[in-house]
Amino acid sequence: MAKRAAPEVNAGSMADIAFLLLIFFLVTTTIETDSGLNRKLPPIDDTETEPPVIKQKNIFTVLISRDNQMLVEDELMQLKDLRKAAIDFLDNGGGTGDEACSYCKGQRDPASSDNPDKAIISLKNERETTYSTYISVQNELVAAYNTLRNRRAQELYGSTLIEMEAEYANTLSPQFKSEKLKEKIEKIKIDYPQKLSEVQ
Amino acid sequence: MGKFNKKKSGDVPAISTASLPDIVFMLLFFFMVATVMRENTLKIQNILPYADQVEKLDKKDLVMYIYVGQPQERYQGTMGKESRIQLNDKFAEVSDIKAFLAAERASKREELRDYLTTALKVDMDANMGIIGDIKQELRKENALKINYTTRKGDISENKN
Repeated sequence: MAKRAAPEVNAGSMADIAFLLLIFFLVTTTIETDSGLNRKLPPIDDTETEPPVIKQKNIFTVLISRDNQMLVEDELMQLKDLRKAAIDFLDNGGGTGDEACSYCKGQRDPASSDNPDKAIISLKNERETTYSTYISVQNELVAAYNTLRNRRAQELYGSTLIEMEAEYANTLSPQFKSEKLKEKIEKIKIDYPQKLSEVQ
Repeated sequence: MGKFNKKKSGDVPAISTASLPDIVFMLLFFFMVATVMRENTLKIQNILPYADQVEKLDKKDLVMYIYVGQPQERYQGTMGKESRIQLNDKFAEVSDIKAFLAAERASKREELRDYLTTALKVDMDANMGIIGDIKQELRKENALKINYTTRKGDISENKN
């Protein structure tokens, strides 16, 4: 008897089955956004202690009004100018003696902030302010901090903070995470601490 | 000569579709890997604003989502047009956040509870008033780590 070749399995419907599955996943897929601006809320303080007095010159007030106009230090400002104004304020370094800032590159105007550690940005909004405007302003203020931090990281370690953080995050297993790198990142964050207060 | 003639005389051979399943499977695997099944059915409009200084939210299981926005059209008859909060699958009031946080915390392992982040997914057109109320409530419940979820893009796209 002649040896017969096994009949070939018809794979024609395979594509149909795969298409069916594909369409199911296409329909159910939502590529979710999972990035955003991280913030930390201040804890509620029940104690009766007086809050420390902060000098007016160390506070940078940003107020977003109900018609989405922005008042910076009581003067009307456009969104595009905010980043520079915030950088100028944070990096001013007007302090003397103990409060001097050795790494600031600002104007050293005595009427503006003493050093980045003292400088506080106070962001106020009204109930009618639109969320998108608020996020735009937050974004610009965070950008100001990031610009300064990156500059500082470039000076000290020759790479930007973003690169350093990416490198730190890329090291997969925890025991190989570089302690040195973490220290460097922390140092930058101490030099330019993010003191952004969201007042109700 | 006969050999050559034979080749020419035949019909155009059918295009082989044998590799079609492979291609489709490749696409299928991509979508299977990239798919995140939606946890909540949105009952509100949720067009997120843009920002470019974003940080990634890692550890998705440690994130609690609070959605805010105008109710979708089919709910506007009962819920009105003002921005509302949505927790899980339901419309909620500010006062419901407390119970929501407690439930979320209870569902996580104890040592992870301190790392919980609250992601605020807020529609571009919402007012800050409701956000302020939520933030106040979160402060009361000591859930201080928050994240304003945004899309990546230039802030100039936020103009409406």
